Amino acid sequence: MADTVEEVVNKESEPLFSKKNRKLLTDPLDDDNPITVQVLGICSALAITVQVQQALIMALSVLFVMIGGNLMVSLIRNVIPNRIRIIVQLVIVAFLVILVDQILKAFVYDISKALSVFVGLIISNCIIMGRLEAFALGNKPGPSVLDAIGNAAGFGWILIAVAVVREVFGSGTFSLPGMGQVNLIPEAFFNMGYMNNNMMILPPMALVTVGVIIWIQRSRNTKLIEEN
Amino acid sequence: MQELVSIFVKAIFVENMIFAYFLGMCSYLAVSKTVKTGVGLGAAVIFVLGITVPLNYLIENYLLAEGALTWLDPSFAAVDLSFLSFIMFIAVIASMVQLVEMIVEKFAPALYGALGIFLPLIAVNCSILGGSLFMQERQYSDIVEATAFSLGSGVGWFLAIVAIAAIREKIRYSDVPAPLRGLGITFIITGLMGIAFMSFMGVEL
Repeated sequence: MADTVEEVVNKESEPLFSKKNRKLLTDPLDDDNPITVQVLGICSALAITVQVQQALIMALSVLFVMIGGNLMVSLIRNVIPNRIRIIVQLVIVAFLVILVDQILKAFVYDISKALSVFVGLIISNCIIMGRLEAFALGNKPGPSVLDAIGNAAGFGWILIAVAVVREVFGSGTFSLPGMGQVNLIPEAFFNMGYMNNNMMILPPMALVTVGVIIWIQRSRNTKLIEEN
Repeated sequence: MQELVSIFVKAIFVENMIFAYFLGMCSYLAVSKTVKTGVGLGAAVIFVLGITVPLNYLIENYLLAEGALTWLDPSFAAVDLSFLSFIMFIAVIASMVQLVEMIVEKFAPALYGALGIFLPLIAVNCSILGGSLFMQERQYSDIVEATAFSLGSGVGWFLAIVAIAAIREKIRYSDVPAPLRGLGITFIITGLMGIAFMSFMGVEL
């Protein structure tokens, strides 16, 4: 679903679609990933990666809030007094999150219940505030929207990758919104003695999974390696 | 009294903000390079949580929840404003942080020197908003219980950040595989600490 949104926006901003703007979209996917490199947005990300459907809904919610927030802040960036900008940003983000929360409650109530407080916590998701501060406050609406899409996609793919690992190994299922959970591991495996690794469902394993993703990413992309 | 102690201890160990819910991870990872800064940020979190959660408890129960406005007029019994809670909570937190910063700067310069730079960071620390949202979800029966919960969560967060900072100070002398250095190993250590903390799960007090 994220892909179609991307295309539409790109078509509208055809003249903006230069090399520099393309970097805004692709950088956050790897070199400047919000979770593994900028270390932002981890708070609300990890707790909801037990099932792929929750992670997907979360990623889409963040995509929506980020595009809306970046666009709105960027449009009014010249009239926000510098001293109260944090509160202005928080109010805009809170407004968008309330919209998301109400929509989720109306259409996917089960998932909204499962996400519990973590929908509200999108407000204080550092990646959103971080991009508003670092990018939308100083750039035109077009690039800001691209930046939002890039970062939300970078955030989303890590989230979904962690969720896939945790769900497949933890409960042996795969789930998408509207489709429910599908068993992935054939019954014969269980008969032969295969067991689901219940540990993957527990919260700490989300951290270890992200740690391993960082490990893989940095072995490939050696310029990201830190001093100690 | 026993009830309060139980809520307090549960919030520190069983429902630890970091290890059970991953709240406030961003600042936890960014500011845990040395024990000194860890202690500063941890103290600021306890402080702000201890103020904002009781305040939001009052707002929730006397303004926002269904039937909360009956103290104004009985005809408001059906009014339910809880969809506004996100925006109210975050506004209270942002303004309280600003206010606390000014008060501390004026009346306790020494404390300000210690907490100063950490206070603004806290407005967007998820554990603060998380504390208020958990308070709303769990429906504590009075403000004292909500305060016990908020202080317990703060102390739990403090413990977690001091522990990881101490480990990170020592791990500098270890030979960590290059791609894991810094962020990667911190994630994995936090995961292991989380597993250790899970031994508290199911403890009834």
